[in-house]
Amino acid sequence: MDDTQRYERLRERFQNGDISRRNFFGLLGAAGAAYGLQMPFARQAFAQSDVSQVRFDGWGGVVSEAFRKFAFDPYTEATGITVIDGTFPGGDEYLALVRASQPGEYNIAHLSGVFDYARYHSFELNSELNLANIPNMANVMPALMNAFKSITPDSLSAAPYNYGTTGLAYNRKHISDEEMKEKGAKILIDETYKGKIGGWSDWRTRMWYAALQTGQDPNDIQDLDAAWDAVRKHRDVALKYWASGAELMSLMAEEEIYVTEGWSGRIHALQEQGHDIGYYDPPKSFGWQECLFVIKGSPMAACEELINFMLDKDTSIAVAEGQSYPPALDPTKVDLGEKIPKLPAFDATGTLSGLTFANPAYWNGNEAEWSKEFGRVQRGY
Amino acid sequence: MSIEQREARQPWILLTPALTAVTLLLIVPLMFIVVYSFWLKSAVGADTPGFFLDNWQEALTDRFYRDILLNTLKISAITTIACAALGYPAAYFIARSKGNKVVLLVLLMLPFWISYIIRTMSWINILGVSGALNSALMWIGIINQPIQMLYNETTVILGLVHFLLPFMVLNIFVSLDGIDTNLEDAASSLGATRWQGFLQVTLPLSLPGLAAGGLLCFVLSAGTYITPVILGGPRDAMFANLVYEAIIGQLDWPLGSALSLLLLMVLGVLVLIYNRYLGMAQLAKGLG
Repeated sequence: MDDTQRYERLRERFQNGDISRRNFFGLLGAAGAAYGLQMPFARQAFAQSDVSQVRFDGWGGVVSEAFRKFAFDPYTEATGITVIDGTFPGGDEYLALVRASQPGEYNIAHLSGVFDYARYHSFELNSELNLANIPNMANVMPALMNAFKSITPDSLSAAPYNYGTTGLAYNRKHISDEEMKEKGAKILIDETYKGKIGGWSDWRTRMWYAALQTGQDPNDIQDLDAAWDAVRKHRDVALKYWASGAELMSLMAEEEIYVTEGWSGRIHALQEQGHDIGYYDPPKSFGWQECLFVIKGSPMAACEELINFMLDKDTSIAVAEGQSYPPALDPTKVDLGEKIPKLPAFDATGTLSGLTFANPAYWNGNEAEWSKEFGRVQRGY
Repeated sequence: MSIEQREARQPWILLTPALTAVTLLLIVPLMFIVVYSFWLKSAVGADTPGFFLDNWQEALTDRFYRDILLNTLKISAITTIACAALGYPAAYFIARSKGNKVVLLVLLMLPFWISYIIRTMSWINILGVSGALNSALMWIGIINQPIQMLYNETTVILGLVHFLLPFMVLNIFVSLDGIDTNLEDAASSLGATRWQGFLQVTLPLSLPGLAAGGLLCFVLSAGTYITPVILGGPRDAMFANLVYEAIIGQLDWPLGSALSLLLLMVLGVLVLIYNRYLGMAQLAKGLG
């Protein structure tokens, strides 16, 4: 008997005079209260069996537009499962939200970096994917998969999806290609451009570039004082720390700043819009890979289906072209078309040996100290 | 139950929903924050529950937090003074206008219909290198190159004044509107000039409204987070930004809790001082 029949039977008893008006409304109120109380928990309980929607959180802007247009809408059309499309300005903010949430509230996240994969694992927010449900994973570059397997050897919580670099973006009206190649990362601490320099308000990126500016290996910084001095110098010549990809694009497009480090895909999107902006990856530029991470408590079957759909060759290529980041698909196995090989950071060998990635153990080990120190340094200390 | 007993219970019955909401949505979360402030952050993984004073010791003794707190109070004080200077004439004009008072009040409330973030971001289009002001100055020929006006402490204060001015105007207006205009006429009939009448009659009587507006502007300004993020430069931060960075950037919820409680206590002391000398009734009038 469903709720409607229960209500009709109760109303009939009331109309027949079997129960008083007070009891009728009392029972209705009690039913309403019980329904209201059980709903939040029922949503969690039913999450695994009756899935009508999956929540996906990503970086917003052109990236989200590409996901929506080329992946989520076709997926919903094919399966009837709605994809709730959320955005976040940075990985740290998102992790704080997920930590404060109930299991099942957040499902799939477009996380950046292997260090994020390790962080989610350390907070026990990881799930276990059934790779048999994701046959398209076979086309993913082994180099990207191995990075995750080094953290969780027995299982995977995420599928690699794309990669890119955080290189140097510069306005060609004011800075020539030759000058950029000559100065490299040091252009971000060049007094000549004081007040026209930007930078991401992310402690990892600041320290990575400080390492490059002081001639050190970003994955093994020996002279920390020199690196922090470089961060301070950048702070003193910078006009603004940007906090999101949209802000980065706005600052460059409006010529508020002439040079900053920037995300390869976002800078490519600016170039596509007709802005005369150059992009240069200095030696040991900050390489990263992004993944589709399934968070603990999510409806696994639906999430795996969505991931498999997103890793499909046609979907993956369309999304990659839309967001301007090369896909995780192995170019030696899959024909990626003509446009993707021209994207910044593209690696035709499928080995990604030309890119320098952050060592998760090194960066996560220093996170507590360096993130706090950067908070002070950026305020003038 | 007697009529007296029933009448005595009625206010509590009416207050129950509000008290329940305040308890569940304010008091209980605040207690969580208090408890959290005594925990310790683990380098990796879950925080360490317990009763540790480390976060409080750091928040109270570290010069970094003290300096940013003092800077926050300084910015809030400047913002409040600017709001008072700009808001008093506007409130006086509205209170003394005849016929179109409602229209003026609606115009005053109009900015509240637009998101605070959008209003703050609008300054980028006005003061930016390719913004309206630079474009106009270059078109007129006053400057050849755009002037860098954004991303400094001045623009942070400008954004805060833009946000808080209506609160100040409304409070002063409520105070001025309640003053009998015959008092000013009486002062004139006794030989006072209009300026003297204003200084010696109107201004003293409107001071409670000015103080209520000042308190609101100061407290809201001191707790702001988004304005320095949007309009500030690398060094510009207010105390709420440190709370945000501790909780979000560093995932240090215990320290962030201690910092947020410290700010709450400082502002609480200011409210207590205000209540001691002026009473909260004036604030309720202004908000009403």
